[in-house]
Parts: sequence; structure tokens; C-alpha cells
Amino acid sequence: MTETVSCAVSISGLSKVFNAGKPNEVRALEDIDLAIDEGTFVSLIGPSGCGKSTLLRLIGALTHPTAGEVCVNDKSADQARLDRDYGMAFQTSGLFKWRSVTENIELPLQLMGWSKQERKDRAAEMLDLVKLSEFADHYPREMSGGMRQRVAIARALSFRPSLLLMDEPFGALDEMTREHMQTEVLDIWKKTEKTIVFVTHSIPEAVFLSERVIVMSPRPGRIAADIPVDLGERVFETREAPEFFECITEVREALRFEGNAG
Amino acid sequence: MTTREEAAQAIKKLERAAAWKRTMRRVVIFVVFIILLAVAYTGYKAFGQAVDDAQTQWPVIGRVLPRTDDLTMPPIRDIVAEFGQPPQRNNSKPLAAFIAEASLFTLREATLGFVFGVALGLGIAIIMLRSRWLERGMSPYLVASQTVPLVAIAPIIVIWGSNNLGWLPFEWTSWMSVSLIATYLTFFPVAMNGTKGLQSADPASIELMRSYAASRRQTLVRLQLPASVPYLFAAFKIAATAAIVGAIVGEISGGVKGGLGRLILDFASRYTTGPSRLYATVIGAAVLGIFAVGAVTTAEYIVLSKRKEEPLSL
Ligand SMILES: Nc1ncnc2c1ncn2[C@@H]1O[C@H](COP(=O)(O)OP(=O)(O)O)[C@@H](O)[C@H]1O
Ligand SMILES: [Mg+2]
Repeated sequence: MTETVSCAVSISGLSKVFNAGKPNEVRALEDIDLAIDEGTFVSLIGPSGCGKSTLLRLIGALTHPTAGEVCVNDKSADQARLDRDYGMAFQTSGLFKWRSVTENIELPLQLMGWSKQERKDRAAEMLDLVKLSEFADHYPREMSGGMRQRVAIARALSFRPSLLLMDEPFGALDEMTREHMQTEVLDIWKKTEKTIVFVTHSIPEAVFLSERVIVMSPRPGRIAADIPVDLGERVFETREAPEFFECITEVREALRFEGNAG
Repeated sequence: MTTREEAAQAIKKLERAAAWKRTMRRVVIFVVFIILLAVAYTGYKAFGQAVDDAQTQWPVIGRVLPRTDDLTMPPIRDIVAEFGQPPQRNNSKPLAAFIAEASLFTLREATLGFVFGVALGLGIAIIMLRSRWLERGMSPYLVASQTVPLVAIAPIIVIWGSNNLGWLPFEWTSWMSVSLIATYLTFFPVAMNGTKGLQSADPASIELMRSYAASRRQTLVRLQLPASVPYLFAAFKIAATAAIVGAIVGEISGGVKGGLGRLILDFASRYTTGPSRLYATVIGAAVLGIFAVGAVTTAEYIVLSKRKEEPLSL
């Protein structure tokens, strides 16, 4: 890529407090500054409850900051949402069980007023991308967890949003399916050149997938470390390379440091 | 053909066979139930008559339990035969034809009432979904509306309908008032279950719709309404019987001619000269109810099996 890299996400002084002033007040995030370049694959990692999902939801304008700002593609997060800049995938695929695989992928397109033919073509293209063309007319309950996640990713990408937000999308999958899905998602990332923000609590997953791992500390959630990962092209052997383990160690150290401090 | 397609087809075949088997089992259970009912009826009657014949003056039958003479409990073969008998002296039309005509008349009232009731119930459910505050405010009144005795409001509705709806572009006839009475019973289960169904949409799915910047209407139409379908069908089954009961009671208390209600009223007033006529008509009403529920259940099966869902058990 030769064009100037602009900021896909830019966060400054961001804090989020739930139930402010009440006895059950939670300071979920405090003073977060983060800039994510366009086209980057970034992972957010941290212990459960440290505010990873909250941060992702703030980027996606599904909730609003207590203080600070979130800019996406040089707009407010809310405007970006209205402009349909986001594709989202969560831990549960969230497919509509009354819709076939194709109809599920067509959902966002239908909401955006695409014609039937355009929808059909795009859905077929997306199914091809996630290698599920044979299952076009199946229903979610006829599919495995991994397949459903792939459909959810296809749905998130169907309208070509510039930013893909994923919250532990492979958290409920078994180890083998998980590794397979990681390869797939990298493949998709390479083909589509999206900016991806990926929440996970698995260190190897974060390291294998991303160019950058953001380590978060719990209560209140802060950025504890920002670790660049330079492993080149990911192949099967990457998972066995010494550099891979060095990165894993680095992330683990960052997390351990936080564990001791907190 | 690939092996996968073959496997999929084999599975579909098995599923269809299983569904057929389930339906057949239900039919068999139903028939057996009817036979058992007839046997119990006849058995009790024979037992009562034997007690009578023995002149024991056993005080239970005729005091606590119903009497078993032919006036109170006409023999089943009389009831069955009654369907073929003309109920009017100067008319050779058999009772079955009267019941069939009256059933159609009542079914028309009930169907219209059902459709209105479903529309009204869904409307209320959507309003209640929009605002927790309205839901809390309206629910007690909805419940209270169902405790008002139908026999009291039926004549009011019939009189109101014939006096105040003259401005409508079509002629308001009294059977339409009966439909309104059926509506009154129908909307309630639809409103209640509909609210529950609309709220059953997964919060994560609601967020997903938000991430697509979907409008409230789109969220309703694409997510909340489809999610409520199993709940709605459960309500439709209750509403279908309620519509028919409402129509029959409405005819009786509103004094509307032409339907099962009037037929029941007529035969009840001439009970001593032909008890089995009333029995036969009541059986006709039951058949109509079963037909209505059967129609809804069939629609439910078709819709849900397309979505690979099980009906919601009541
Ligand atoms: N809607 C909410 N209301 C109150 N507290 C919340 C809400 N959402 C998250 N929290 C709290 O904020 C903290 C961070 O949550 P979350 O972002 O889900 O963490 P993570 O995804 O890292 O596990 C947790 O302590 C959680 O209980
Ligand atoms: Mg989370």
C-alpha cells in the first residue's frame, strides 16, 4: 500500500463508568488513548472483566463514553454507525434462526435497500469467501458452531464496511476449529484489507492474528502495553517458530505484570 | 449428485416420515379418546339403569351424579341417528344440514372476529413493546377487560352496532356485532403472548440491528416480529377457540339468528321433546372448535417447519 495511512480509529481520554454515583458503580475504562491505522489487524487482550467488550462497543457506538472521544474514519462513532462503517461479529453468531444462511447474509443488505439480485450476488460472493457455498440454503441450526461463525463473519462483511469489530468470535469453538478459523480470518483480512479490531483472551490467538496486541489491565481498564507483532506472513509453521513464542512471552509478561500490580 | 446432497435428502425423507408418524399418532390417540368417552358414557348409563332396575334407592345417582334416563342421557345411537333426522316437522332437511349451515355462519363470525382480534392484539403488543411505561399502565386493564362477563356486554355490542354504525359504507348486520364480541375474547391472548414474543428477541440481535443503523420499524419487522412467531401461534390456538366460543355466546346473548348459538338455544328450549338434538348440536360445535384449532396447528406446522423450529408448548 503506497497511499498515506490515515487513522481508522482514534480514541483520546476515553473513560466509561457504569451506574455512576450508585453503590454498584463500575469504572470499566479509564483514560484510554489509542490510534489504529487503516488496514491494521489489532487485538485487544486482557483478563475477563477488564473492559475489552466495553471498549469495542464504544468504538462501535453501541454505548457512549462517560468522558473522552472516539473518532472513526474522521467522524464521530455515532456518525460512523449511521454511515454503516462497521461490521460486527460476537461470540455467539447471532444468526436469525428463521433465516437461511443466504438470507442471514442478506440481512444488512436488505436493511440498506439493495435489490434482490444485488443481494443474491453479494451473498453468493460472501459464501464463496467463507467457503460455505454448498450451505447457502441451510438453516443455522443445521450447522456447526464454526460454520455459524463463518456465516456471521460473511454477514458482517457483506456490505463492505471499512471496519470489522470482533468480540471473542472464536471463544466458543474447540481448539482445532479455532485454529482453522484463525487462518480463514487472516485470509479474509488479506483479501479485503479491512481494519480489524479483534477482542480475545487467548494469547496465542492474539499473537498469531495481529500486527499489534493491546494489553489491557483490569479495574479500571487501562492500556498496559502496546506490543507490535512482526511475524511476516502467517503460515502453518508460524505457530512453531521461536519468534512466535517470544511474542507470546512478551504478551504474557505484560499481562503478568498487571496481575501482580492489580 | 454428491454424497452430501444424498445424505441431506435422506435426512429430509426421515424427517418427513417422522412428522407423518407424529400426526398419525395424534389422530389415533384422538380416535381412541373419543371411543373411550363413548364407552364411559354408555357404561355409566348402563350402570345407572341397572341400579334403577334393582330399585335399591341408592341415593348417589340422580343426586350427586347425573341421572341416567334417556331424557338426561340419550343413548349414543339416538344422538348419532339424530343427525339424519329432520328437526322441523314441515321440512325434510336433516339436522346435519342445519348444523353445517349454522357452523358456517358461526365460523364466518368467528373468523372475522379472529382476524380483527389478531390485528388488535398485535397492535397492542407493539405499543406495549415501545414503552415499558405503557405496558405497566395497560396490562391491568387488559386483564380486567377479560373479567367483564361476556353475556353482559354482548347485547350492548349488538344494540350499539345496529344503532350507531349506519354511517359505514356497507350495511352493518348483527352477525358483524357478534364478530366484535369474538374480537373481544381474541385480542387478549394475542396481546399478552405477542408482547412476550416481541420481547423474546435476543438483546445481541437488537444490538446487531443497531450496528446496521436499522430503524425501529426495520427492527420490528425483520427481528422482533419474526422472533415472536412461535409465541403468536401458541396464542392463535387459544384465540381460535375463544373466537368460536365468543361467537356462540354472542349469538345467544345478543339474540342473533343463523348460527350454532341460536340452534343451541332453540333445541335447549325444546329439550324435553328431543334431548338428542341438543347433544348432536353441541357435538357439532365441538367439531367446529376442533376444526379451527386444527387449521391453526396446520399453519403453525407449515410455518415453523420451514424455519426448522418446534412449536412452543403451552
Ligand atoms: N451494561 C453494563 N452495566 C454495568 N456494568 C457493566 C455493563 N457492561 C459491562 N459492565 C462492567 O464493566 C466491566 C467490563 O466489562 P466488559 O467490557 O464486558 O469486560 P470484558 O469484555 O473485558 O470481559 C465489568 O466489570 C462489567 O461488569
Ligand atoms: Mg467481553
